[in-house]
Amino acid sequence: MIAFLEAFIRGLGIGSVYALLAIGFVIIYKSTGVISFAQPAMMISGAVVVSYVVPAIGFVLLPGLAFIVAMLIGAIAIAALALGVERAAIRPMVGRPVFVVAIITIGLDIAIRVVANGFIGLGARPIGDPWGLTRFSIGDLQVQWRHVAMMITTALVLAVLFWFFRYTRFGLAMRAAAFDQEAALTQGVSVGSVFAMSWAMAGGLAALAGALLATGAGVDQQMWIVALAALPAIILGGLDSLEGAVIGGLAVGVVESLVGSYQRQFAPWLGDNFAVVSPYMLMLLVLLARPYGLFGTPEVKRV
Amino acid sequence: MSTATRTATSDPAGRPSGHATPRPGRASRLRGRPGFYRSYEQELALFNTRPKQVGVAVLVAFGLLMPWVLTDPLLQTLAVAFVFAIGALGLNIVTGLAGQVSLGHAFFLGIGAYTAAAISGDPEGRTIGFGITFLPLWLIAAGVVAAVAGVIVAPLATRLRGLYLAIVTLGLVFLGEHIFKEWQDLTGGAGVGREAATPEMFGYAFDEDNTFLTQDQNLYLLMFVLLLIFALFARNLARSKVGRAFAAVRDRDVAAEMMGINLGRAKLLAFAISSFYAGCAGALLYTITGFFDPASFNLLLSVQFIAMVLIGGAGTVAGTIMGALFISLLPSLTREVPSYLPFISRQVTDIPNVFQLEQILYGLLIVGFLLFEPRGLFGIWIRIRNYWKSWPFSY
Repeated sequence: MIAFLEAFIRGLGIGSVYALLAIGFVIIYKSTGVISFAQPAMMISGAVVVSYVVPAIGFVLLPGLAFIVAMLIGAIAIAALALGVERAAIRPMVGRPVFVVAIITIGLDIAIRVVANGFIGLGARPIGDPWGLTRFSIGDLQVQWRHVAMMITTALVLAVLFWFFRYTRFGLAMRAAAFDQEAALTQGVSVGSVFAMSWAMAGGLAALAGALLATGAGVDQQMWIVALAALPAIILGGLDSLEGAVIGGLAVGVVESLVGSYQRQFAPWLGDNFAVVSPYMLMLLVLLARPYGLFGTPEVKRV
Repeated sequence: MSTATRTATSDPAGRPSGHATPRPGRASRLRGRPGFYRSYEQELALFNTRPKQVGVAVLVAFGLLMPWVLTDPLLQTLAVAFVFAIGALGLNIVTGLAGQVSLGHAFFLGIGAYTAAAISGDPEGRTIGFGITFLPLWLIAAGVVAAVAGVIVAPLATRLRGLYLAIVTLGLVFLGEHIFKEWQDLTGGAGVGREAATPEMFGYAFDEDNTFLTQDQNLYLLMFVLLLIFALFARNLARSKVGRAFAAVRDRDVAAEMMGINLGRAKLLAFAISSFYAGCAGALLYTITGFFDPASFNLLLSVQFIAMVLIGGAGTVAGTIMGALFISLLPSLTREVPSYLPFISRQVTDIPNVFQLEQILYGLLIVGFLLFEPRGLFGIWIRIRNYWKSWPFSY
């Protein structure tokens, strides 16, 4: 039971990072209709920025505070990068088939990731987080601090996002543009800045996720594959549902963690490291039953 | 071609067709008017203009002469490029022609590679093998097994549209990579790998030197001829009923359905044919190097195929082959860059190095082509051709 709970909490921790990434994907999808395959690159660049900023500001601030400030700086830096990318490569493609735009983001991902990898080097690069792999215990239950930090950060981000979309003018504009682009245009919403904002937000969220994921073991060149695990999460939840993204992210994290703990014991024939691909398996199973995910809007064909 | 004048309703003498006139397919052409068709058969012919016929013949003759002109390492690179072109033609059928985005091409390539390797492998060896080295047999078997896998995946594809499909096929690559790594009896396991299929036919080994040809000349010619066969079939498919159905599904699936095209069947067929090509390409690809590792069939391989189709020109056979040659020869080109730009290193450990340059170029080429020349290399060719066609009044 203790082992199960520990795996469950571990899954919730990692799952909340997936949720951050998934929200980024969904925000871009809702406002522009495109899935940005450049998110892994944004995530890894965010982690790289944080890993360079922490030592630079570490001597002025307390270690914990330095990491939090570095995370914010990283998020802003990657948001700026995403803004630039959107302006240079995505805006000219407005009106072109979404598939073509999606492929462009794959190209961007490859190019940005090479640069980021150059700054990481061949091994893992420590990110300077105050937690490492330290843990605390509640009774017999051992919990890693970093997983708690992941959950708290995600909860804070969700609260801010909720406030932004609910109570600010620009949040309302973004919702309007996502609902009906042309109607929003006629009401004076600048759809161009909505596109830019959605990319910037997704970039910032990806940077936060990257910094959180790299706590403990540090950032290495293979970390981008983790960002792709957010894709099953958004498929589970439905591409256009923010709540679905959060639930899907948590579900994927928990399933991955539980499979990692129990698969060797109950189904060893699935092979080592099956946990890494279990999100994709889960995604296929859900799609067989519900082609538009659990919370997605079915596409209505009008003939 | 679309602007070509069609005069199918009457024969040259002005009588209505349907009477006892010569078969329209035999209708003569007007001299000096290559774009002027006198029958549908003429326009739909495999090579519908005289310059095309001559051009293809010259290219084929040129290709067949290459083994006696180029050095062996370059021939090997070209042989690999030809196999990539076969795989890219497959992706072009499902993505360029039928409009279904597939990021899972590497998965089908892997299935083909392992089927072929298992059939032709050493029965006494470390990995599964049946010892049948007859090339046509393992090649077709690899294609068929991959096609069956495609048919199994297709029901998902018929339910999903657009980007949902892209993500699911992406998941397929990860699942496939996992299976290939874990099924060690078949694949040898990660980091170990197994030997590839043996290209041998009627006692003639293509992967060995013999009295007339070296190993690389043999493989080059084999791959060149196979590419010709596959390309001819792909081009023929595009002008058939099935190919037109694919194009209709791509352009507007609702409209295609209204015209009586069975969407499910069209998509299933597209996936099956595309996977057949991928399987054959996978089977052939590693016969050149002789050995392969289960980690080869990753997302990057899929992206490379996408890059080939898009940079070459989606939906066109000639463009796809151009794209495949371009992408496959890119590494050889970037290896030369350090001679001109000394700050780029040849060592993996230095930054910046040629491998990083190569990857960045992949990325930027995809982005650049899609932004500035969406029709790809084929589009550039069309523009050059049209410029000279109407020269000196090219505006």
